[in-house]
Amino acid sequence: MNTLTEAFLQSFQLMITLDETLVEVVLLSLSVTFKAVSLACLIGLPLGTALAVLKFPGQKTLVVLFNSFMGLPPVVVGLVVYLILSANGPLGPLGLLYTPTAMIIAQTILVTPIIVAHSRQIIVLLAEEYDETLRSMQASRMDIMGTLLWDSRFSLFTTVLAGLGRAFSEVGAVMIVGGNINHFTRIMTTAIALQTSRGDLALALGLGIILLVLTISINALAYGLKTTWEKHSYA
Amino acid sequence: MTRILARWVGLVFLLLGTPAHSSDEYILLQSTTSTQNSGLYEFLLPHFEDVYGVKVKVVAVGTGQALYNGSRCNGDIVIVHSPADEREFVKAGYGIDPHNLMYNRFVIVGPSSDPAGIGKIETLQEAFVKLSKGLAPFISRGDDSGTHKKELSLWAKYEISPTGDWYYEVGSGMGATLNITVGLEGYTITDLGTWLSFANKSNHVILYENGSEMFNQYGIIMVNPDHCPNVNSEPAREFLNWMVSPMGQQLIAQYKIDGKQLFYPNASPKMYK
Amino acid sequence: MPKAKILDLNDFSEQRKQQASIICSSLFFQRGKKKILSNISITIPKTGISVIMGPNGAGKSVLLRTIIGLLKPDSGHVILNPEFAGKTALVFQRPVLIRRTVYGNLHHALGIAGVPRRQRKSRIEELIAIGGLAGLENHPARSLSGGEQQRLQMVRTLSSNPKLILLDEPSASLDPQSTHAIEEIIKSTSDKNVKLVLVTHDIGQAKRLADDVTFIHKGKILEQNSSPDYFNSPSTPEVKSYLEGDLLV
Repeated sequence: MNTLTEAFLQSFQLMITLDETLVEVVLLSLSVTFKAVSLACLIGLPLGTALAVLKFPGQKTLVVLFNSFMGLPPVVVGLVVYLILSANGPLGPLGLLYTPTAMIIAQTILVTPIIVAHSRQIIVLLAEEYDETLRSMQASRMDIMGTLLWDSRFSLFTTVLAGLGRAFSEVGAVMIVGGNINHFTRIMTTAIALQTSRGDLALALGLGIILLVLTISINALAYGLKTTWEKHSYA
Repeated sequence: MTRILARWVGLVFLLLGTPAHSSDEYILLQSTTSTQNSGLYEFLLPHFEDVYGVKVKVVAVGTGQALYNGSRCNGDIVIVHSPADEREFVKAGYGIDPHNLMYNRFVIVGPSSDPAGIGKIETLQEAFVKLSKGLAPFISRGDDSGTHKKELSLWAKYEISPTGDWYYEVGSGMGATLNITVGLEGYTITDLGTWLSFANKSNHVILYENGSEMFNQYGIIMVNPDHCPNVNSEPAREFLNWMVSPMGQQLIAQYKIDGKQLFYPNASPKMYK
Repeated sequence: MPKAKILDLNDFSEQRKQQASIICSSLFFQRGKKKILSNISITIPKTGISVIMGPNGAGKSVLLRTIIGLLKPDSGHVILNPEFAGKTALVFQRPVLIRRTVYGNLHHALGIAGVPRRQRKSRIEELIAIGGLAGLENHPARSLSGGEQQRLQMVRTLSSNPKLILLDEPSASLDPQSTHAIEEIIKSTSDKNVKLVLVTHDIGQAKRLADDVTFIHKGKILEQNSSPDYFNSPSTPEVKSYLEGDLLV
């Protein structure tokens, strides 16, 4: 039996029996990813909107920076977060290194630029259209940004999904700051890396298949939700 | 506006979650990968955790990284296999109470067809000379790990400089290096524990495993609480004492894969002058 | 929106001060090499419906945008009677409704106008009635017909209770029925003592609505007069031929 067939069989077996360790790893993966992406949205959406609407010195530089940061190497982000959270680092006393929180922080840093850059792009287009109307209504800047954000919500869906994809599949940063500790900071991607290094390629690939299935499910679910929501509120 | 801001900040903290100061007491073990990959900890640690009520969280990295993490106070105890580095770690004041813990040996693995002809060799020196002929790729960890340092020390000892298109420095962990070795039908040097638990052997086998030079000593060291006040030194000491106790040592000897013993206990305190 | 600069009205004569809603003084505006406003000085009365007429491309829309502050003139001043400060609104020729329902658009506008949440529902009902939009509350605003969209824009503008509304050809692309509906809203709004400034090139509409008319051609003011005088005895040949239906080239 070749590795690929074995991988499929293993993944089916793990999924059907709801293997306890697998469930634990999947739940942590989902939790870390969703929290990181939510944080990235909390930071990134207002920032992206501000960059689209406000004109201030250095605004163009910031846009270029955030566009570039979409390609931040995860390992480098992991190292920086490691040094900051390290026991004798600036935030060492918080005791966050090798915890899920550290993983959330690292992933938030990786995902935020994606949210900022994409949302700015989307909102700039809508801002052009709404500009005169909102200004003639004497809307404050907060009102303008709020209106643009809310009215782009369906276009921003894809942005959030892109962020989810990046976070969910990321391994380099979480490995360094999470430590891949069994039952504590082990998630899908670090488990795959571990099984690869153990030479258990079938299990590694099996986990990979499960990761893919999960990603597709999340996207399908999100798409379904979006369509329903859109139907009920019209864009 | 302030209300929105307050809500925003509240959400951020909610998502970050309160730091996991769970009631569970735990120690953080910075370990070399071979002991983790071999499955030793999964067998061993429950015995300790059940009796002492202390969880052991294992971060598995290369020996170099494990000692570095320890020196930065990110861990309570280390298990590594590079005696010279361990000595330096203790001398620098990062670690205390160093012990020999267990040993096994390094082995040279390669394809069963053995193009370099290592299998029929008597001495390690001959083996290394044959390898340096470049008849097949040799894959070096290249990552400053215990195994990498061992390999470098052997080249140096036999006065061979390993250069040429047959010598691959891959800068990876043992597992990744073995995957590459199998893929390239090459040779590499690995600790026995990792090799026995490695599942992707393909047509590769152990070709050389004799000699005192291939001895692989594992050590256990506590992170120095004077250097790192944050360490959980009480339970870390309990763990160290347990590992070198007859109980811990016996369990190490009991751990087997396919009937083969992976680690041989030889606990003793290390004395550095 | 940048507020129109409020100069001290004492700079002007007592009479002008009392009569004016807006005073434009020597406005120049250029886009590239094209002069769009050249030396526009005008006093717009404080009450009634003032109509600004002129052929397409005369600079009417730019003047309106300059008055409300969406565009900055290259030189000159717009002086707004302090009574109207912060109580102005603009109706565009092509309404930009936001991507929400009819109800949502009004709710949003009331929010921006600072109307407390609790009061919005009853206010929306009033506005829906004024605009004749009953039954369409939950329809997406952008799926409405052109006339309905323009009515929605009109009542959305009313949501902030403006004292001065500038309208830029609000019925230019509408059918007669819709035009009539818009004009009814304009009249009823004017009856509530709201000052209206209407830009149009529809002579009939000007006749139906105007209290006074200003005629602009090629960025210059050619004539400003009360409505009867303007239509009955135009003083420039351009206005005369425009009213007779000739093309002004």
